[in-house]
Amino acid sequence: MTTADSTRTSGPEAPGGPAEPRSNDRPGLRTSGDRAAIARARLEKVITHLLILVGVVLSVFPFYWLAVMSTSTTAQIFGYPPRLTFGTSFAENLRNLFSSVDILSALVNTIIVSALCAVLVMFFDSLAAFAFAKYDFPGKNALFVLMIATFLIPGSLSLVPSFILMSKIGWVGTLQALIVPGAANAFGIFLLRQMASSSIPDELVESARIDGAGFFTIYRRIGVPMMRGGLAFLGIFTFITAWNDYVWPLIVLVDPNRQTLQTALQNLNSLYLTDYGMVMAGALVSVLPLIGVFIIGSRHFIANIAAGAIKG
Amino acid sequence: MSVMTTPPPVDAARPSTAAVPRTRALGWRGVLSHWPQYVAIAPFYVLFLVFGLFPIVFSIVLSFTDWDGMGEIRFAGLSQYIYLVQDSRFWNAVANTFIIWFLSTVPMLFLALVIAFLLHQNIRFRGFYRVAFFLPNVTSMVAMAIVFGSVFSDSFGLVNSALTALHVDSVPWLSSSLGIKVTIAVMVIWRFTGYNAIIYLAGLQSIPTDLYDAAKTDGASTWQIFTRVTIPMLRPIILFTVITSTVGGLSLFTEPQVLLGDAGGNGEAGMTIVLYQYNQAFTQFDFGYGSAIAWALFVLASVFAIINWRLLSERRDAPRRTGRKARS
Repeated sequence: MTTADSTRTSGPEAPGGPAEPRSNDRPGLRTSGDRAAIARARLEKVITHLLILVGVVLSVFPFYWLAVMSTSTTAQIFGYPPRLTFGTSFAENLRNLFSSVDILSALVNTIIVSALCAVLVMFFDSLAAFAFAKYDFPGKNALFVLMIATFLIPGSLSLVPSFILMSKIGWVGTLQALIVPGAANAFGIFLLRQMASSSIPDELVESARIDGAGFFTIYRRIGVPMMRGGLAFLGIFTFITAWNDYVWPLIVLVDPNRQTLQTALQNLNSLYLTDYGMVMAGALVSVLPLIGVFIIGSRHFIANIAAGAIKG
Repeated sequence: MSVMTTPPPVDAARPSTAAVPRTRALGWRGVLSHWPQYVAIAPFYVLFLVFGLFPIVFSIVLSFTDWDGMGEIRFAGLSQYIYLVQDSRFWNAVANTFIIWFLSTVPMLFLALVIAFLLHQNIRFRGFYRVAFFLPNVTSMVAMAIVFGSVFSDSFGLVNSALTALHVDSVPWLSSSLGIKVTIAVMVIWRFTGYNAIIYLAGLQSIPTDLYDAAKTDGASTWQIFTRVTIPMLRPIILFTVITSTVGGLSLFTEPQVLLGDAGGNGEAGMTIVLYQYNQAFTQFDFGYGSAIAWALFVLASVFAIINWRLLSERRDAPRRTGRKARS
């Protein structure tokens, strides 16, 4: 698109706003043609922003529309022409929501599951990652390759037998069925191991060892602090994934009194199809906390997602 | 997500011997002296054995049986697979899954590339734009499928209201075969375009500037730079996104299930493979057949991923190979 700009790399943006270094590079050549080029570059920049904004609007509009619907009555939602601004029925929708489904306990369950998953994954993955990154032990390479191989197994393959297993050990309908199986995962171990290998100096571990520190002490004193960045990302990532998980809770949470937000929402959706405003209020409750978590950690989160793909 | 990124064993072979005084020739005593490391990595392997490997082996066994989860398990030989091959509902689900995959992946990756290209310009608010584009990817698909269900609703939805306002005939999005597939594809596109754009953007940022400068010096146009420099340099990353979209697209479940229910909508037009598996295993309680479907999906996905991979990496080698041929 903008020829002048596409030649630049995308380092950190100049804080001073749009600079035009191309033409300033060549003092003494400032002709009217140059001025026209500057004007063209400006125009191209405006067009770029406009095109991006179209995408941003499409990206964000469903959230806005969700908020609008959760403040409207069903009649207003499906009226013609549709009203695109906020209504006044939010409190009423919320009241109906609380009286028809136990959304609070679903919220609490979801927070418990997501938080425990995140904490357990951070703990177990970082322990394993530290051992893999900084120690040699018999069988290490084979064990590591085996762990990577488990990436290739699609989750849908084990839905049926996992459910049978859960029913045999009496975990059907319980929250631990959602927490325990995913308490350590290959993705996090691999991610943290990459980070630990490059960021923790061998000499540091070695000198701690000479001072008489054991593995777990070194992990706690050196490993954890040095892996902090990766741990934060892994924690947020696991929390979001667990929060949104749907297929497995749908299968295993058979007790209508013990649901997560996603399954409670689907129940609400299939049972109370006529009260759209209320269903949308429920959808809003299930989406808002997560948006908060994401925006708080977004900078870190996006950078890590991208980095993961590029290394491949 | 970034799960398939890696050729890690290469790295693993590199010894990092910080805290290892003795050689490994010590046998069992060597193993025992490393007990803290084994304890540290044990949780993953224990959990994998119990909740990963065992279910997979069990599901192979199950696929050769006839079982409703309650009574006795009856060995059924290949009959589940023989039934599967002749089951028109299964093949309908396969066709639906691939049609939706195609309808969503092609526009999604194209749009992602355009967005990445735009975001790569040295513009303001880039941080804000990235968050806005990534937001759909982190939100609950159940909630958003409900929202899309109302937006695309046949009679009163926002899209049809807009069409009516423009004096265009409204479209039966949620009751016609193509409408259902397009609606599901739109949800997938909405959710994953930003994710893929962020990945492409990181790829663009890793292309050295000299390449662009050289192309510009040679008088290349923006379009030529895009097709001759940007696209070839991004090819490995495009391959990555195609593979992840394939894996994700073939296991599509939440969107059709929430939008259309367990039966996949009118004429099962929105029935995907995983939804059909869920339907057979958990609403019909046919665990044997459900397992057979799971393995059929695994085979299909593997074959499809290999074809994709071949197609995309072939093209990179093509010029070189013809060059060699010409010389010989």
